[in-house]
Amino acid sequence: MATRTRPRTGFATALPAIVWLGLFFLLPLTFIFVVSFLTRGRGGVGMMPFTFANYARVFEVFSGVLVDSIWIAALTTLICLLLGYPLAFWIATRKQQWVRSLALFMIILPFWTNFLVRTYALQTLMSREGILNSFFGTLGIIAQPLEMLNTQGAVLVGLVYGFLPFMVLPIYASVERFDFKFVEAAYDLGANDWASFVRVVLPMTLPGVIAGIILVFIPTIGAFVTPDLLGGTDGLMIGTLINTQYKGQGNQPLGSALSMVMMVVVMVALLIYVRFGDRREAR
Amino acid sequence: MAQGVVSPSAAAATASVAAQPGKLRRDLLVRRVGKVAISLNPVFSYFFLWAPIIILVIFSFNNAQTVSVWRGFTTQWYANIFNNAFSLDTEGARFSTAIMLTAVQNSLLIGIASTLLATIIGTMVALSLARGNFPGKKLLDTLLYLPIVIPEITQAISLAVFFSVLFDWINDQFTGVRAVNGFGSIIIGHVAFSISYVMIVVRARLTDMDPKLEEAANDLGANHWQAFWRVTFPLLLPGIIAGGLLAFTLSLDDLIVSFFLSGVGTTTLPIFVYGLLKTRVPPEINAISTIMLLVSTLLVGISLAMQGRSAARGTRG
Repeated sequence: MATRTRPRTGFATALPAIVWLGLFFLLPLTFIFVVSFLTRGRGGVGMMPFTFANYARVFEVFSGVLVDSIWIAALTTLICLLLGYPLAFWIATRKQQWVRSLALFMIILPFWTNFLVRTYALQTLMSREGILNSFFGTLGIIAQPLEMLNTQGAVLVGLVYGFLPFMVLPIYASVERFDFKFVEAAYDLGANDWASFVRVVLPMTLPGVIAGIILVFIPTIGAFVTPDLLGGTDGLMIGTLINTQYKGQGNQPLGSALSMVMMVVVMVALLIYVRFGDRREAR
Repeated sequence: MAQGVVSPSAAAATASVAAQPGKLRRDLLVRRVGKVAISLNPVFSYFFLWAPIIILVIFSFNNAQTVSVWRGFTTQWYANIFNNAFSLDTEGARFSTAIMLTAVQNSLLIGIASTLLATIIGTMVALSLARGNFPGKKLLDTLLYLPIVIPEITQAISLAVFFSVLFDWINDQFTGVRAVNGFGSIIIGHVAFSISYVMIVVRARLTDMDPKLEEAANDLGANHWQAFWRVTFPLLLPGIIAGGLLAFTLSLDDLIVSFFLSGVGTTTLPIFVYGLLKTRVPPEINAISTIMLLVSTLLVGISLAMQGRSAARGTRG
Protein backbone atom coordinates (compact mmCIF):
# COMPACT_ATOMS: atom_id res chain seq x y z
CA MET A 1 0.00 0.00 0.00
CA ALA A 2 1.20 3.49 -0.78
CA THR A 3 0.47 4.46 2.82
CA ARG A 4 3.47 2.46 4.03
CA THR A 5 5.75 5.38 3.41
CA ARG A 6 3.77 7.73 5.65
CA PRO A 7 4.55 7.44 9.35
CA ARG A 8 1.78 6.65 11.84
CA THR A 9 -0.63 4.85 9.59
CA GLY A 10 -3.04 2.20 10.69
CA PHE A 11 -3.36 3.48 14.24
CA ALA A 12 -7.08 4.17 13.85
CA THR A 13 -7.88 0.59 12.84
CA ALA A 14 -5.86 -0.70 15.80
CA LEU A 15 -7.78 1.48 18.25
CA PRO A 16 -10.80 -0.79 18.91
CA ALA A 17 -8.47 -3.69 19.78
CA ILE A 18 -6.33 -1.46 22.03
CA VAL A 19 -9.39 -0.17 23.88
CA TRP A 20 -11.00 -3.59 24.19
CA LEU A 21 -7.90 -5.37 25.45
CA GLY A 22 -6.99 -2.45 27.70
CA LEU A 23 -10.40 -2.36 29.35
CA PHE A 24 -11.32 -6.03 29.41
CA PHE A 25 -7.97 -7.77 29.61
CA LEU A 26 -5.20 -5.60 31.10
CA LEU A 27 -7.37 -3.67 33.57
CA PRO A 28 -8.94 -6.87 35.01
CA LEU A 29 -5.46 -8.38 35.37
CA THR A 30 -4.34 -5.37 37.42
CA PHE A 31 -7.48 -5.86 39.53
CA ILE A 32 -6.50 -9.37 40.59
CA PHE A 33 -2.93 -8.18 41.10
CA VAL A 34 -4.31 -5.70 43.66
CA VAL A 35 -6.74 -8.23 45.16
CA SER A 36 -3.88 -10.68 45.71
CA PHE A 37 -2.50 -8.26 48.34
CA LEU A 38 -5.82 -7.75 50.16
CA THR A 39 -7.23 -9.45 53.23
CA ARG A 40 -10.12 -11.90 52.99
CA GLY A 41 -13.37 -10.20 53.98
CA ARG A 42 -16.97 -11.40 54.30
CA GLY A 43 -18.06 -13.73 51.50
CA GLY A 44 -14.47 -14.32 50.50
CA VAL A 45 -13.93 -10.99 48.74
CA GLY A 46 -10.86 -8.81 49.20
CA MET A 47 -10.79 -6.05 51.85
CA MET A 48 -8.23 -3.61 53.20
CA PRO A 49 -5.57 -3.70 54.67
CA PHE A 50 -2.82 -4.75 52.33
CA THR A 51 -0.92 -7.89 53.25
CA PHE A 52 1.59 -10.38 51.93
CA ALA A 53 -0.13 -13.18 53.85
CA ASN A 54 -1.74 -14.65 50.71
CA TYR A 55 1.59 -15.20 49.05
CA ALA A 56 3.00 -16.64 52.26
CA ARG A 57 0.09 -19.09 52.31
CA VAL A 58 0.54 -19.99 48.65
CA PHE A 59 4.11 -21.05 49.33
CA GLU A 60 3.52 -22.63 52.76
CA VAL A 61 0.22 -24.46 52.37
CA PHE A 62 -0.08 -24.92 48.63
CA SER A 63 3.52 -25.39 47.60
CA GLY A 64 2.76 -29.11 47.23
CA VAL A 65 0.00 -28.51 44.71
CA LEU A 66 2.13 -25.89 43.00
CA VAL A 67 5.05 -28.28 42.57
CA ASP A 68 2.65 -31.09 41.55
CA SER A 69 1.09 -28.86 38.87
CA ILE A 70 4.44 -27.86 37.42
CA TRP A 71 5.52 -31.50 37.54
CA ILE A 72 2.36 -32.76 35.81
CA ALA A 73 2.62 -30.01 33.19
CA ALA A 74 6.28 -30.85 32.55
CA LEU A 75 5.56 -34.58 32.31
CA THR A 76 2.61 -33.95 29.97
CA THR A 77 4.88 -31.82 27.79
CA LEU A 78 7.56 -34.52 27.71
CA ILE A 79 5.12 -37.31 26.79
CA CYS A 80 3.49 -35.11 24.14
CA LEU A 81 6.94 -34.42 22.70
CA LEU A 82 7.92 -38.11 22.63
CA LEU A 83 4.62 -39.02 20.96
CA GLY A 84 4.22 -35.89 18.88
CA TYR A 85 7.61 -35.54 17.25
CA PRO A 86 7.65 -38.94 15.49
CA LEU A 87 3.98 -38.46 14.63
CA ALA A 88 4.55 -35.04 13.06
CA PHE A 89 7.58 -36.49 11.27
CA TRP A 90 5.52 -39.39 9.96
CA ILE A 91 2.76 -37.10 8.67
CA ALA A 92 5.17 -34.66 7.04
CA THR A 93 7.02 -37.45 5.24
CA ARG A 94 4.00 -39.06 3.56
CA LYS A 95 4.39 -38.95 -0.18
CA GLN A 96 0.84 -38.31 -1.32
CA GLN A 97 -0.72 -34.95 -0.57
CA TRP A 98 -4.09 -36.46 0.31
CA VAL A 99 -2.59 -38.80 2.91
CA ARG A 100 -0.88 -35.85 4.57
CA SER A 101 -4.08 -33.79 4.51
CA LEU A 102 -6.14 -36.63 5.93
CA ALA A 103 -3.57 -37.43 8.62
CA LEU A 104 -3.50 -33.78 9.63
CA PHE A 105 -7.29 -33.54 9.59
CA MET A 106 -7.43 -36.55 11.94
CA ILE A 107 -5.23 -34.61 14.38
CA ILE A 108 -7.09 -31.32 14.07
CA LEU A 109 -10.59 -32.70 14.40
CA PRO A 110 -10.32 -33.97 17.99
CA PHE A 111 -8.60 -30.69 18.83
CA TRP A 112 -11.61 -28.73 17.62
CA THR A 113 -14.22 -30.89 19.31
CA ASN A 114 -15.50 -29.84 22.67
CA PHE A 115 -12.92 -30.31 25.40
CA LEU A 116 -15.58 -31.29 27.96
CA VAL A 117 -16.92 -33.99 25.67
CA ARG A 118 -13.46 -35.47 25.13
CA THR A 119 -12.65 -35.41 28.83
CA TYR A 120 -15.97 -37.08 29.54
CA ALA A 121 -15.15 -39.77 26.97
CA LEU A 122 -11.96 -40.55 28.89
CA GLN A 123 -13.84 -40.49 32.17
CA THR A 124 -16.21 -43.22 31.02
CA LEU A 125 -13.31 -45.31 29.69
CA MET A 126 -11.38 -45.14 32.95
CA SER A 127 -14.28 -45.45 35.38
CA ARG A 128 -14.67 -48.45 37.70
CA GLU A 129 -17.30 -50.01 35.45
CA GLY A 130 -15.67 -48.60 32.33
CA ILE A 131 -14.58 -50.34 29.15
CA LEU A 132 -10.92 -50.58 30.13
CA ASN A 133 -11.70 -52.38 33.38
CA SER A 134 -14.18 -54.77 31.78
CA PHE A 135 -11.74 -55.40 28.91
CA PHE A 136 -8.82 -56.22 31.21
CA GLY A 137 -11.19 -58.20 33.42
CA THR A 138 -12.38 -60.35 30.52
CA LEU A 139 -8.81 -61.00 29.46
CA GLY A 140 -8.06 -62.05 33.01
CA ILE A 141 -5.22 -59.56 33.40
CA ILE A 142 -6.75 -58.07 36.52
CA ALA A 143 -8.73 -59.77 39.28
CA GLN A 144 -10.71 -56.72 40.35
CA PRO A 145 -11.40 -53.33 38.77
CA LEU A 146 -8.52 -50.87 38.87
CA GLU A 147 -9.16 -47.47 40.39
CA MET A 148 -7.97 -45.40 37.47
CA LEU A 149 -10.04 -42.27 37.98
CA ASN A 150 -9.23 -39.64 40.59
CA THR A 151 -5.49 -40.17 40.36
CA GLN A 152 -2.64 -38.06 39.06
CA GLY A 153 -2.16 -40.68 36.35
CA ALA A 154 -5.68 -40.06 35.08
CA VAL A 155 -4.98 -36.32 34.94
CA LEU A 156 -1.77 -37.00 33.04
CA VAL A 157 -3.54 -39.20 30.47
CA GLY A 158 -6.30 -36.60 30.12
CA LEU A 159 -3.84 -33.76 29.57
CA VAL A 160 -1.75 -35.67 27.02
CA TYR A 161 -4.97 -36.60 25.26
CA GLY A 162 -6.16 -33.00 25.23
CA PHE A 163 -2.92 -31.28 24.28
CA LEU A 164 -1.14 -33.69 21.91
CA PRO A 165 -2.39 -31.78 18.83
CA PHE A 166 -0.78 -28.60 20.17
CA MET A 167 2.57 -30.39 20.00
CA VAL A 168 2.06 -32.08 16.64
CA LEU A 169 0.94 -29.04 14.64
CA PRO A 170 3.94 -26.70 15.16
CA ILE A 171 6.43 -29.57 14.78
CA TYR A 172 4.66 -30.61 11.59
CA ALA A 173 5.03 -27.07 10.26
CA SER A 174 8.78 -27.22 10.99
CA VAL A 175 9.37 -30.67 9.52
CA GLU A 176 7.37 -29.82 6.41
CA ARG A 177 9.67 -26.88 5.71
CA PHE A 178 12.75 -29.01 6.36
CA ASP A 179 14.77 -29.82 3.25
CA PHE A 180 15.77 -33.49 3.35
CA LYS A 181 18.74 -32.79 1.09
CA PHE A 182 20.51 -31.83 4.33
CA VAL A 183 20.12 -35.42 5.50
CA GLU A 184 21.62 -36.70 2.27
CA ALA A 185 24.50 -34.27 2.74
CA ALA A 186 25.00 -35.61 6.27
CA TYR A 187 25.01 -39.19 4.95
CA ASP A 188 27.52 -38.24 2.29
CA LEU A 189 29.71 -36.76 4.98
CA GLY A 190 29.61 -40.09 6.80
CA ALA A 191 26.97 -39.52 9.44
CA ASN A 192 24.74 -42.45 10.43
CA ASP A 193 20.98 -42.13 11.04
CA TRP A 194 21.35 -41.15 14.67
CA ALA A 195 24.03 -38.55 14.07
CA SER A 196 22.19 -37.00 11.15
CA PHE A 197 19.00 -36.83 13.24
CA VAL A 198 20.60 -35.33 16.34
CA ARG A 199 22.97 -32.98 14.55
CA VAL A 200 20.96 -31.99 11.47
CA VAL A 201 17.22 -32.74 11.65
CA LEU A 202 16.61 -31.93 15.31
CA PRO A 203 18.45 -28.56 15.39
CA MET A 204 16.72 -27.45 12.21
CA THR A 205 13.24 -28.39 13.47
CA LEU A 206 13.91 -27.01 16.95
CA PRO A 207 11.72 -23.88 16.50
CA GLY A 208 8.68 -26.14 16.02
CA VAL A 209 9.68 -28.25 19.00
CA ILE A 210 10.02 -25.21 21.25
CA ALA A 211 6.73 -23.74 20.03
CA GLY A 212 5.08 -27.10 20.78
CA ILE A 213 6.59 -27.27 24.26
CA ILE A 214 5.30 -23.77 25.05
CA LEU A 215 1.85 -24.49 23.56
CA VAL A 216 1.49 -27.62 25.71
CA PHE A 217 3.14 -26.46 28.92
CA ILE A 218 1.29 -23.16 29.30
CA PRO A 219 -2.31 -24.37 29.04
CA THR A 220 -1.65 -27.52 31.07
CA ILE A 221 -0.22 -25.61 34.00
CA GLY A 222 -3.52 -23.73 34.31
CA ALA A 223 -5.75 -26.67 33.40
CA PHE A 224 -9.07 -26.81 35.16
CA VAL A 225 -11.49 -29.15 33.39
CA THR A 226 -9.16 -32.17 33.22
CA PRO A 227 -8.06 -32.24 36.89
CA ASP A 228 -11.61 -31.37 37.93
CA LEU A 229 -13.25 -34.27 36.07
CA LEU A 230 -10.46 -36.88 36.19
CA GLY A 231 -8.32 -35.93 39.18
CA GLY A 232 -10.61 -35.80 42.19
CA THR A 233 -8.79 -34.87 45.39
CA ASP A 234 -5.63 -36.82 44.48
CA GLY A 235 -5.08 -35.04 41.20
CA LEU A 236 -5.45 -31.43 42.35
CA MET A 237 -3.86 -28.73 40.22
CA ILE A 238 -3.55 -24.95 40.63
CA GLY A 239 -6.50 -24.39 38.29
CA THR A 240 -8.83 -26.43 40.49
CA LEU A 241 -7.61 -24.61 43.61
CA ILE A 242 -8.16 -21.17 42.07
CA ASN A 243 -11.65 -22.20 41.04
CA THR A 244 -12.47 -23.30 44.62
CA GLN A 245 -11.27 -19.99 46.04
CA TYR A 246 -13.54 -18.09 43.69
CA LYS A 247 -16.71 -20.12 44.04
CA GLY A 248 -19.13 -19.60 46.90
CA GLN A 249 -17.52 -18.87 50.28
CA GLY A 250 -13.98 -18.96 48.99
CA ASN A 251 -11.01 -16.72 49.46
CA GLN A 252 -10.61 -14.39 46.49
CA PRO A 253 -7.33 -12.78 47.64
CA LEU A 254 -5.79 -16.24 48.04
CA GLY A 255 -7.14 -17.32 44.63
CA SER A 256 -5.69 -14.16 43.09
CA ALA A 257 -2.30 -14.79 44.68
CA LEU A 258 -2.34 -18.36 43.32
CA SER A 259 -3.20 -16.94 39.91
CA MET A 260 -0.36 -14.42 40.03
CA VAL A 261 2.15 -17.12 40.98
CA MET A 262 0.89 -19.26 38.10
CA MET A 263 1.30 -16.31 35.73
CA VAL A 264 4.88 -15.85 36.89
CA VAL A 265 5.60 -19.52 36.06
CA VAL A 266 4.03 -19.04 32.62
CA MET A 267 6.00 -15.84 32.02
CA VAL A 268 9.27 -17.56 32.93
CA ALA A 269 8.44 -20.28 30.39
CA LEU A 270 7.73 -17.59 27.81
CA LEU A 271 10.97 -15.76 28.50
CA ILE A 272 12.87 -18.97 27.84
CA TYR A 273 10.95 -19.24 24.56
CA VAL A 274 11.79 -15.66 23.57
CA ARG A 275 15.47 -16.35 24.31
CA PHE A 276 15.47 -19.37 22.01
CA GLY A 277 13.44 -17.48 19.40
CA ASP A 278 15.98 -14.64 19.33
CA ARG A 279 18.85 -17.05 18.92
CA ARG A 280 17.06 -18.62 16.00
CA GLU A 281 16.58 -15.27 14.28
CA ALA A 282 20.19 -14.27 14.89
CA ARG A 283 21.38 -17.31 13.01
CA MET B 1 10.66 -34.54 -0.62
CA ALA B 2 10.82 -36.52 2.56
CA GLN B 3 11.40 -39.96 1.19
CA GLY B 4 15.10 -39.22 1.08
CA VAL B 5 15.45 -39.95 4.81
CA VAL B 6 16.31 -43.57 4.31
CA SER B 7 16.58 -44.51 0.69
CA PRO B 8 18.93 -42.73 -1.72
CA SER B 9 22.00 -42.12 0.38
CA ALA B 10 21.91 -45.47 2.11
CA ALA B 11 24.50 -46.70 -0.32
CA ALA B 12 26.80 -43.84 0.54
CA ALA B 13 26.31 -44.45 4.26
CA THR B 14 27.00 -48.14 3.80
CA ALA B 15 30.10 -47.44 1.78
CA SER B 16 31.56 -45.07 4.35
CA VAL B 17 31.24 -47.52 7.21
CA ALA B 18 31.94 -50.69 5.27
CA ALA B 19 35.36 -50.87 6.81
CA GLN B 20 33.87 -51.29 10.28
CA PRO B 21 31.37 -54.18 10.32
CA GLY B 22 30.49 -53.71 14.02
CA LYS B 23 29.57 -50.11 13.47
CA LEU B 24 27.58 -50.98 10.39
CA ARG B 25 25.58 -53.61 12.25
CA ARG B 26 24.83 -51.10 15.00
CA ASP B 27 23.79 -48.43 12.50
CA LEU B 28 21.49 -50.83 10.70
CA LEU B 29 19.95 -51.82 14.03
CA VAL B 30 19.31 -48.17 14.86
CA ARG B 31 17.73 -47.75 11.45
CA ARG B 32 15.49 -50.80 11.90
CA VAL B 33 14.42 -49.81 15.43
CA GLY B 34 13.82 -46.25 14.26
CA LYS B 35 11.69 -47.44 11.36
CA VAL B 36 9.57 -49.67 13.59
CA ALA B 37 9.18 -46.94 16.21
CA ILE B 38 8.24 -44.30 13.67
CA SER B 39 5.64 -46.52 12.05
CA LEU B 40 4.18 -47.80 15.34
CA ASN B 41 3.85 -44.31 16.77
CA PRO B 42 1.11 -43.10 14.39
CA VAL B 43 -0.87 -46.30 14.97
CA PHE B 44 -0.78 -45.77 18.72
CA SER B 45 -1.31 -42.00 18.57
CA TYR B 46 -4.31 -42.14 16.26
CA PHE B 47 -5.80 -44.97 18.31
CA PHE B 48 -5.26 -42.94 21.47
CA LEU B 49 -6.85 -39.83 19.96
CA TRP B 50 -9.80 -41.54 18.32
CA ALA B 51 -10.75 -44.59 20.39
CA PRO B 52 -12.41 -42.62 23.21
CA ILE B 53 -14.42 -40.57 20.72
CA ILE B 54 -15.51 -43.60 18.69
CA ILE B 55 -16.49 -45.54 21.80
CA LEU B 56 -18.48 -42.54 22.98
CA VAL B 57 -20.39 -42.40 19.69
CA ILE B 58 -21.03 -46.18 19.69
CA PHE B 59 -22.29 -46.13 23.26
CA SER B 60 -24.67 -43.28 22.48
CA PHE B 61 -26.70 -46.05 20.79
CA ASN B 62 -26.38 -48.46 23.72
CA ASN B 63 -29.64 -49.83 25.07
CA ALA B 64 -28.60 -49.48 28.71
CA GLN B 65 -28.03 -46.87 31.36
CA THR B 66 -24.41 -47.90 31.87
CA VAL B 67 -21.50 -47.01 29.68
CA SER B 68 -19.45 -50.20 29.75
CA VAL B 69 -21.60 -53.11 28.65
CA TRP B 70 -23.21 -53.26 25.24
CA ARG B 71 -26.86 -54.27 25.50
CA GLY B 72 -28.12 -53.76 21.99
CA PHE B 73 -28.86 -50.92 19.62
CA THR B 74 -31.27 -48.16 20.43
CA THR B 75 -31.94 -44.63 19.30
CA GLN B 76 -33.93 -43.98 22.44
CA TRP B 77 -31.53 -41.39 23.87
CA TYR B 78 -31.65 -39.35 20.69
CA ALA B 79 -35.42 -39.70 20.60
CA ASN B 80 -35.60 -38.52 24.20
CA ILE B 81 -33.64 -35.41 23.35
CA PHE B 82 -35.65 -34.56 20.28
CA ASN B 83 -39.03 -35.47 21.79
CA ASN B 84 -38.45 -33.26 24.78
CA ALA B 85 -38.63 -36.33 27.02
CA PHE B 86 -35.07 -35.99 28.26
CA SER B 87 -35.17 -35.80 32.02
CA LEU B 88 -33.78 -37.47 35.09
CA ASP B 89 -36.03 -39.55 37.30
CA THR B 90 -34.48 -38.22 40.45
CA GLU B 91 -34.13 -34.58 39.57
CA GLY B 92 -37.33 -34.27 37.64
CA ALA B 93 -37.48 -31.53 35.06
CA ARG B 94 -34.26 -29.85 36.12
CA PHE B 95 -32.37 -31.21 33.15
CA SER B 96 -35.15 -31.20 30.59
CA THR B 97 -34.67 -30.77 26.87
CA ALA B 98 -36.28 -27.36 27.14
CA ILE B 99 -33.49 -26.21 29.45
CA MET B 100 -30.89 -27.72 27.16
CA LEU B 101 -32.38 -25.93 24.16
CA THR B 102 -32.29 -22.64 26.05
CA ALA B 103 -28.61 -23.32 26.75
CA VAL B 104 -28.02 -24.03 23.04
CA GLN B 105 -29.81 -20.79 22.15
CA ASN B 106 -27.73 -18.86 24.67
CA SER B 107 -24.53 -20.38 23.32
CA LEU B 108 -25.48 -19.50 19.75
CA LEU B 109 -26.46 -15.95 20.66
CA ILE B 110 -23.20 -15.40 22.58
CA GLY B 111 -21.22 -17.15 19.84
CA ILE B 112 -22.67 -15.05 17.02
CA ALA B 113 -22.40 -11.73 18.87
CA SER B 114 -18.84 -12.32 20.10
CA THR B 115 -17.73 -13.70 16.72
CA LEU B 116 -19.02 -10.63 14.86
CA LEU B 117 -17.31 -8.24 17.26
CA ALA B 118 -14.05 -10.21 17.49
CA THR B 119 -13.86 -10.70 13.71
CA ILE B 120 -14.31 -6.99 12.98
CA ILE B 121 -11.89 -5.84 15.70
CA GLY B 122 -9.39 -8.62 14.96
CA THR B 123 -9.38 -7.97 11.20
CA MET B 124 -8.91 -4.23 11.77
CA VAL B 125 -5.95 -4.74 14.07
CA ALA B 126 -4.46 -7.34 11.69
CA LEU B 127 -4.56 -4.70 8.93
CA SER B 128 -2.83 -2.23 11.25
CA LEU B 129 -0.09 -4.66 12.16
CA ALA B 130 0.49 -5.98 8.64
CA ARG B 131 0.29 -2.74 6.70
CA GLY B 132 0.48 0.13 9.17
CA ASN B 133 3.30 1.88 10.93
CA PHE B 134 2.76 3.68 14.22
CA PRO B 135 4.53 4.11 17.54
CA GLY B 136 3.91 1.24 19.94
CA LYS B 137 3.24 -1.28 17.16
CA LYS B 138 5.70 -3.81 18.61
CA LEU B 139 4.11 -3.45 22.04
CA LEU B 140 0.62 -3.97 20.63
CA ASP B 141 1.89 -7.04 18.80
CA THR B 142 3.12 -8.53 22.09
CA LEU B 143 -0.05 -7.51 23.92
CA LEU B 144 -2.17 -9.36 21.36
CA TYR B 145 -0.40 -12.63 22.09
CA LEU B 146 -1.02 -12.38 25.84
CA PRO B 147 -4.68 -13.53 25.84
CA ILE B 148 -3.50 -16.73 24.13
CA VAL B 149 -0.77 -17.51 26.63
CA ILE B 150 -2.33 -16.33 29.91
CA PRO B 151 -4.18 -19.30 31.48
CA GLU B 152 -7.89 -19.11 30.82
CA ILE B 153 -8.78 -19.43 34.48
CA THR B 154 -6.77 -16.28 35.24
CA GLN B 155 -8.67 -14.37 32.56
CA ALA B 156 -11.94 -15.73 33.92
CA ILE B 157 -11.38 -14.73 37.54
CA SER B 158 -9.89 -11.35 36.60
CA LEU B 159 -12.96 -10.53 34.51
CA ALA B 160 -15.22 -11.80 37.30
CA VAL B 161 -13.55 -9.45 39.83
CA PHE B 162 -13.57 -6.60 37.31
CA PHE B 163 -17.28 -6.95 36.57
CA SER B 164 -18.27 -7.33 40.20
CA VAL B 165 -16.41 -4.09 41.04
CA LEU B 166 -17.81 -2.35 37.95
CA PHE B 167 -21.38 -3.46 38.59
CA ASP B 168 -21.20 -2.50 42.27
CA TRP B 169 -20.05 0.95 41.21
CA ILE B 170 -22.78 1.30 38.55
CA ASN B 171 -25.47 0.15 40.93
CA ASP B 172 -24.25 2.64 43.53
CA GLN B 173 -24.03 5.56 41.14
CA PHE B 174 -27.28 5.18 39.31
CA THR B 175 -30.44 4.51 41.26
CA GLY B 176 -32.90 2.24 39.55
CA VAL B 177 -30.19 0.49 37.56
CA ARG B 178 -29.24 -3.07 38.40
CA ALA B 179 -26.30 -4.31 36.38
CA VAL B 180 -25.53 -8.03 36.76
CA ASN B 181 -23.49 -10.70 35.00
CA GLY B 182 -25.17 -12.08 31.91
CA PHE B 183 -24.97 -12.02 28.14
CA GLY B 184 -23.08 -8.72 28.13
CA SER B 185 -20.28 -9.88 30.41
CA ILE B 186 -19.89 -13.27 28.70
CA ILE B 187 -19.77 -11.69 25.23
CA ILE B 188 -17.19 -9.12 26.38
CA GLY B 189 -15.04 -11.92 27.84
CA HIS B 190 -15.25 -14.06 24.71
CA VAL B 191 -14.36 -11.13 22.46
CA ALA B 192 -11.37 -10.36 24.72
CA PHE B 193 -9.78 -13.76 24.06
CA SER B 194 -10.99 -14.21 20.44
CA ILE B 195 -9.53 -10.99 18.96
CA SER B 196 -6.01 -12.42 19.12
CA TYR B 197 -6.91 -15.65 17.31
CA VAL B 198 -8.73 -13.78 14.52
CA MET B 199 -5.76 -11.39 14.25
CA ILE B 200 -3.30 -14.27 13.78
CA VAL B 201 -5.34 -16.01 11.05
CA VAL B 202 -6.13 -12.82 9.13
CA ARG B 203 -2.61 -11.47 9.46
CA ALA B 204 -1.12 -14.70 8.08
CA ARG B 205 -3.36 -14.25 5.03
CA LEU B 206 -2.33 -10.60 4.72
CA THR B 207 1.40 -11.32 4.84
CA ASP B 208 0.93 -13.93 2.09
CA MET B 209 -0.85 -11.36 -0.04
CA ASP B 210 1.08 -9.20 -2.44
CA PRO B 211 0.84 -5.50 -1.45
CA LYS B 212 1.51 -4.70 -5.10
CA LEU B 213 -2.13 -5.58 -5.83
CA GLU B 214 -3.27 -2.67 -3.67
CA GLU B 215 -0.64 -0.41 -5.17
CA ALA B 216 -1.88 -1.38 -8.62
CA ALA B 217 -5.43 -0.46 -7.59
CA ASN B 218 -4.16 2.89 -6.35
CA ASP B 219 -2.28 3.47 -9.60
CA LEU B 220 -5.46 2.75 -11.51
CA GLY B 221 -7.14 5.60 -9.68
CA ALA B 222 -8.81 3.90 -6.75
CA ASN B 223 -8.68 5.69 -3.42
CA HIS B 224 -7.69 3.75 -0.28
CA TRP B 225 -11.28 3.03 0.59
CA GLN B 226 -12.04 1.63 -2.88
CA ALA B 227 -8.75 -0.26 -3.01
CA PHE B 228 -9.59 -1.89 0.30
CA TRP B 229 -13.15 -2.89 -0.49
CA ARG B 230 -12.58 -3.92 -4.10
CA VAL B 231 -9.13 -5.54 -3.89
CA THR B 232 -7.92 -6.26 -0.35
CA PHE B 233 -11.20 -7.31 1.21
CA PRO B 234 -12.27 -9.89 -1.40
CA LEU B 235 -8.81 -11.46 -1.29
CA LEU B 236 -8.81 -11.41 2.48
CA LEU B 237 -12.34 -12.79 2.88
CA PRO B 238 -11.43 -16.50 3.16
CA GLY B 239 -8.99 -15.61 5.94
CA ILE B 240 -11.60 -13.50 7.70
CA ILE B 241 -14.15 -16.32 7.48
CA ALA B 242 -11.61 -18.85 8.79
CA GLY B 243 -10.75 -16.50 11.68
CA GLY B 244 -14.42 -15.94 12.40
CA LEU B 245 -15.14 -19.68 12.46
CA LEU B 246 -12.23 -20.14 14.86
CA ALA B 247 -13.66 -17.43 17.12
CA PHE B 248 -17.11 -19.03 16.87
CA THR B 249 -15.77 -22.48 17.85
CA LEU B 250 -13.77 -21.01 20.73
CA SER B 251 -16.88 -19.26 21.99
CA LEU B 252 -19.11 -22.33 21.64
CA ASP B 253 -16.52 -24.48 23.45
CA ASP B 254 -15.64 -22.09 26.21
CA LEU B 255 -16.51 -23.28 29.69
CA ILE B 256 -14.32 -21.37 32.12
CA VAL B 257 -14.88 -17.73 31.13
CA SER B 258 -18.63 -18.32 30.65
CA PHE B 259 -18.77 -20.19 33.95
CA PHE B 260 -17.44 -17.19 35.89
CA LEU B 261 -19.37 -14.53 34.00
CA SER B 262 -22.80 -16.10 33.57
CA GLY B 263 -25.80 -14.91 35.49
CA VAL B 264 -29.31 -16.19 36.05
CA GLY B 265 -30.77 -17.55 32.80
CA THR B 266 -27.57 -17.24 30.77
CA THR B 267 -26.38 -20.83 31.09
CA THR B 268 -24.46 -21.85 27.97
CA LEU B 269 -24.29 -25.36 26.54
CA PRO B 270 -20.84 -26.17 28.01
CA ILE B 271 -22.00 -24.95 31.45
CA PHE B 272 -25.09 -27.12 31.10
CA VAL B 273 -23.03 -30.18 30.10
CA TYR B 274 -20.53 -29.51 32.89
CA GLY B 275 -23.44 -29.41 35.33
CA LEU B 276 -24.65 -32.80 34.06
CA LEU B 277 -21.18 -34.31 34.42
CA LYS B 278 -20.72 -32.95 37.92
CA THR B 279 -24.07 -34.17 39.24
CA ARG B 280 -25.64 -37.37 37.94
CA VAL B 281 -24.64 -38.36 34.47
CA PRO B 282 -27.84 -39.07 32.49
CA PRO B 283 -27.73 -41.72 29.73
CA GLU B 284 -28.58 -39.04 27.15
CA ILE B 285 -25.18 -37.42 27.70
CA ASN B 286 -23.47 -39.62 25.07
CA ALA B 287 -26.10 -38.64 22.52
CA ILE B 288 -25.69 -34.94 23.36
CA SER B 289 -21.91 -35.32 23.04
CA THR B 290 -22.26 -37.07 19.68
CA ILE B 291 -24.42 -34.24 18.36
CA MET B 292 -21.87 -31.71 19.59
CA LEU B 293 -19.10 -33.73 17.87
CA LEU B 294 -21.03 -33.68 14.61
CA VAL B 295 -21.54 -29.94 14.77
CA SER B 296 -17.83 -29.27 15.41
CA THR B 297 -16.83 -31.66 12.61
CA LEU B 298 -19.04 -29.68 10.27
CA LEU B 299 -17.55 -26.38 11.41
CA VAL B 300 -13.95 -27.64 11.05
CA GLY B 301 -14.77 -28.97 7.59
CA ILE B 302 -16.10 -25.60 6.45
CA SER B 303 -13.20 -23.75 8.03
CA LEU B 304 -10.55 -26.01 6.46
CA ALA B 305 -12.24 -25.77 3.08
CA MET B 306 -12.13 -21.98 3.43
CA GLN B 307 -8.47 -22.00 4.43
CA GLY B 308 -7.72 -24.38 1.56
CA ARG B 309 -9.40 -22.01 -0.84
CA SER B 310 -7.51 -19.17 0.75
CA ALA B 311 -4.20 -21.00 0.34
CA ALA B 312 -5.01 -21.94 -3.25
CA ARG B 313 -5.78 -18.32 -4.08
CA GLY B 314 -2.63 -17.24 -2.30
CA THR B 315 -0.44 -19.28 -4.62
CA ARG B 316 -2.19 -17.89 -7.65
CA GLY B 317 -2.07 -14.29 -6.41
